[in-house]
Amino acid sequence: MIDFDWLLLFEVSLAGIGSGGLYALAGLAFVLIFKATKVVNLAIGEMLMMGAYFFFAMASTLGWPIWLGVVVAVLGSGALGALIERLLIRPMLGESPISVFMITIGLSSILVGAVELIWGADQMRLPDFMPSDPVLIGEAMVPPKIFYGFLVATGLIAVVLVVFRFWRGGIALRATASDQAAAYSMGINVPRVFSLAWVVGAMVAAIAGIIVGSISSLSPTMGVFGLSVLVVVIVGGLDSVAGALVGGIVVGLVEAWSGTYLGGQYKMLSTFSLLVLILMVRPYGLFGTHEIERL
Amino acid sequence: MSAAANPILEIDQITLAFGGVKALNGVSFEVAPGSITSVIGPNGAGKTSMFNTISGFYRPTSGHIRFLGEDITQRPAPQRAKLGLARSFQNIALFRGMTVLDNIKLGRHCHLHTGVFDALFYYGRARREEVRLRADIEERIIDFLEIDHIRNAPVAALSYGLQKRVEMARALAMQPKVLMLDEPVAGMNREETEDMARFILDVREEWGITILMVEHDMGMVMDLSDHVVVLNFGEVIADGTPAAVQGNPEVIRAYLGSGDVEELRRKLRGEVAT
Ligand SMILES: Nc1ncnc2c1ncn2[C@@H]1O[C@H](COP(=O)(O)OP(=O)(O)OP(=O)(O)O)[C@@H](O)[C@H]1O
Ligand SMILES: [Mg+2]
Repeated sequence: MIDFDWLLLFEVSLAGIGSGGLYALAGLAFVLIFKATKVVNLAIGEMLMMGAYFFFAMASTLGWPIWLGVVVAVLGSGALGALIERLLIRPMLGESPISVFMITIGLSSILVGAVELIWGADQMRLPDFMPSDPVLIGEAMVPPKIFYGFLVATGLIAVVLVVFRFWRGGIALRATASDQAAAYSMGINVPRVFSLAWVVGAMVAAIAGIIVGSISSLSPTMGVFGLSVLVVVIVGGLDSVAGALVGGIVVGLVEAWSGTYLGGQYKMLSTFSLLVLILMVRPYGLFGTHEIERL
Repeated sequence: MSAAANPILEIDQITLAFGGVKALNGVSFEVAPGSITSVIGPNGAGKTSMFNTISGFYRPTSGHIRFLGEDITQRPAPQRAKLGLARSFQNIALFRGMTVLDNIKLGRHCHLHTGVFDALFYYGRARREEVRLRADIEERIIDFLEIDHIRNAPVAALSYGLQKRVEMARALAMQPKVLMLDEPVAGMNREETEDMARFILDVREEWGITILMVEHDMGMVMDLSDHVVVLNFGEVIADGTPAAVQGNPEVIRAYLGSGDVEELRRKLRGEVAT
């Protein structure tokens, strides 16, 4: 190692942090749902995908302006989240967590099937809407899409956190997450909090999906992104927002480093090794609480 | 005090079945306004199920619950909370991870304005007025229950007895008309039990709140209650003043099998602490 390329390491790390921001955003969507409802949503990747396809339908097929496409896609995803909660999750209230978990696996197949039916299995491209000039940080070059994607992700994470900190719905959500029975007995409409979590979770996932879709491309296999998101939230602790943020960055970095220094085929191997390692040291993830042992 | 002409809470022929098991079977009793009413009975008699039915966690298979003269059987729990039913839980249900004060503040949640539009049109003087009023109530409760020294402590770090007290504080913050306490002194030592008994009496005296409680500590039940309802296998087997219930042979029989008969008699007379 006479001539270690520090600039490369720096660039790779920046790119890793950049995609880590997206993992964090998607992880946030997962954690919101898990915190409120205790549902492990395996369809998180497919919910991202739905948001991206909705956006494709508005912005490409219908040719609407980008901003309108984003707004409508996000609202549509929110409606889909409400529908999922109402039709698939609510009837399972009180059933074992494993059954609900299986439902979400079924849901991911349904969503993939729906996308293939409507849009086909081919890859498609989203319209370019992010600036395409390379971004320089010091001497390091960052791919523009990753850079702007990261900005949007962190901005949105901040907004969600602030809103949930001060808005009444956020307080109701935290109370429900902490103790459902107590929240219910104190006038908090727990079923409505469940819906709210699914709606907001789906909307956040949609934005993550739109960014991920425009960085790479659109296809019904986009949902595999969800696998990395699951690693992120397990690393961070399923019910911890801070965990999702840190876990996102960590997984983003590990993927970027292993992709560059070991080769692309080692990406998954390294993230899952990291997962196993962390679970051995901290069975509840970096920031998780101990109450989720039954899963 | 037997049931007055206008009970504040009326349980009317409530039956609650879990699959084939009837946890409650045609249970009827009344709670007089301003009274301390206790529900007692052996383990598994259905006391907590009764509480869960009253507060709206369980829908009864049949029967009615009337609160302030209104039939609330079909109302969901949050609405009952707004109407003035507050409760504590047999296994403490506090918002762990939050402080004592945050827990108490959440008790006010049920009375806050709900919609975005409410919030928009509800500012300025009226809003300040409410914030002040709320702070007043919180202070009064904290003072009253003597928990000022732990107001900013996370609830998870508190002793069991203090957690029960915080749960009561949170219920009081809901400004209820009826306060339902499920085993308020279970697991407490003598001193904590006496404190809690005093608080329960004071809640009634100073705040005019009606108390409905489930308790195994017979000494406390007999000392405090105006009216005692005895459940056994989901049915009411006795209902009346502490004195009347203590002498009831069926009550004594219900408690048989769990120990020495003389001991039980003394327990029911309130001479021995459980
Ligand atoms: N959610 C439920 N599902 C099924 N059965 C239940 C449920 N809740 C209570 N039961 C049953 O109903 C009966 C009454 O239980 P409950 O908890 O009301 O008794 P309890 O009088 O409060 O007893 P304890 O003094 O031990 O608290 C028991 O047989 C119990 O097993
Ligand atoms: Mg009980």
